[in-house]
Amino acid sequence: MKIMNCPLNGPRNISEFVYGGEVKTMPNHQTCSDKEWAEYVFYSDNTIRIITEWWYHAASGYWFIAERHTASDEILKTYDPSELFNQRVDFESKPELAEEQSV
Amino acid sequence: MPFSLLKYGLKNDYPFENDIDLPSPTELKRHYDVVIIGGGGHGVATAYYLAKYHGITNVAILEKGYLGGGNTARNTAVIRSNYLTSEGVKFYKESVDLFKGLSNEFDFNIMYSSRGQLTLAHTDATIRSFRQRTEVNTHFGGKTELIDPQQIKELVPTLNMNPADMPILAGLWHIDGATARHDAVAWGYAKGATQRGVELHQLTEVTDVIIENGKATGVKTNRGNVSCGCIVQAVAGHSSIVAAMAGIKMPITTYPLQAMVTQPVKPFLNPLVSSSALHCYVQQTGRGEMVFGGGSDPYPLYNTRSTLDLKESLLASAVEMFPFMANLKLMRQWAGITDMTSDYSPIMGLSPVENYYLDAGWGTWGFKSTPICGKTMAELVASGGKVPDLIAPFAMDRFDVFRQVNEMGATAASH
Repeated sequence: MKIMNCPLNGPRNISEFVYGGEVKTMPNHQTCSDKEWAEYVFYSDNTIRIITEWWYHAASGYWFIAERHTASDEILKTYDPSELFNQRVDFESKPELAEEQSV
Repeated sequence: MPFSLLKYGLKNDYPFENDIDLPSPTELKRHYDVVIIGGGGHGVATAYYLAKYHGITNVAILEKGYLGGGNTARNTAVIRSNYLTSEGVKFYKESVDLFKGLSNEFDFNIMYSSRGQLTLAHTDATIRSFRQRTEVNTHFGGKTELIDPQQIKELVPTLNMNPADMPILAGLWHIDGATARHDAVAWGYAKGATQRGVELHQLTEVTDVIIENGKATGVKTNRGNVSCGCIVQAVAGHSSIVAAMAGIKMPITTYPLQAMVTQPVKPFLNPLVSSSALHCYVQQTGRGEMVFGGGSDPYPLYNTRSTLDLKESLLASAVEMFPFMANLKLMRQWAGITDMTSDYSPIMGLSPVENYYLDAGWGTWGFKSTPICGKTMAELVASGGKVPDLIAPFAMDRFDVFRQVNEMGATAASH
């Protein structure tokens, strides 16, 4: 069994975790173009290297970040998202902006 | 019995001495009209149809390893067309029809075996989707029926009708479902293509794509540079990496897909059987071995390693479906690298680079589309970039306009 080191629960079997996709910056969906949104949702470099990605420990409902090599499958580092996201991320929707665009 | 076989039986010497092998390797020319990157089923099929129907024979297939050594050799050789969308069904139906005639066309046995494919429903929701697939298939001329548990029992008497406490409620019986020898398909196409003048260069790795003024004009390889009129990329499993050489970013994520095979037993299972809820499909090969596989791995990876997790879950499901299989021994396991798109349909056609054509995103549905893919890609190349109607819905830019062709339910774990 492959073991992943959960920053909250310690070493656990990889089957307890769910892959959550690469860590990437979300464009502002109110202002970005369709192409930019498609890039964010569908497109990926998808190459052989170390990638930073979201993982979820299903049993404890905990999201964290892992650095993993996409060919050797070696997990180099796992850490709490607060190490990357040390400022408040604002997801506030701006309905007035959407209205302006639709007019 | 074919007449040629009878003649062979009466001869003293081996009659096919000069006929079975591919031509010996030659030097790379400096220029080709068409360069095909990837000598798998799709690449050689494209070359074959280019030569056969369009008279384009100044073609080089550049293969990093050996002929058909990638996913062509790693799939579980399922041929079917019982998909969900009109676009998908039309496309795969043409492929099934072409497969039927390949042995005759090649004068080489691809061991096409039409046994039917049975997909099991364990929930009402699945039955509803099966109804839709039946209608769409029938509409486009395929032979697909919705059958009840009694009919399933008669078709597959050894099947456990209550696997993992999920009773089988209905089945999608795809009469056109078939299997063939995957290697033979690649060999047949390669032989047909090279006989018509196409060059197959094995152990020839493309290391870069030469682009001038937004046009693809050649490739760099480990055996020198080659200029060309256009390039077809058909490299399943490493599509993103090869496309990146041409500066193209793709909507693909790459996952391993594992499969395995048991020791051979007496023939007992004619149809290919798959369960939508157990994520497992089982078939018996002509040699009597039981082949089974499931869905792709749970996270992306460029690696063909085996995992205990997947073996455990897949074997558990297989034994639930056919309990006596608990007594069989596993002989081999392997994995392929699958380029998954988010809508489970391929990416075919034009790319952002002129004269660079894409045949990618073949995830877990590549083998079954080999003939039609080769035929339509050849049409695309020969016409200088006029996309055939059949593959127009699979253009890469469908993702930019959110017009996906969703085959997820008809693909996952039923291959």
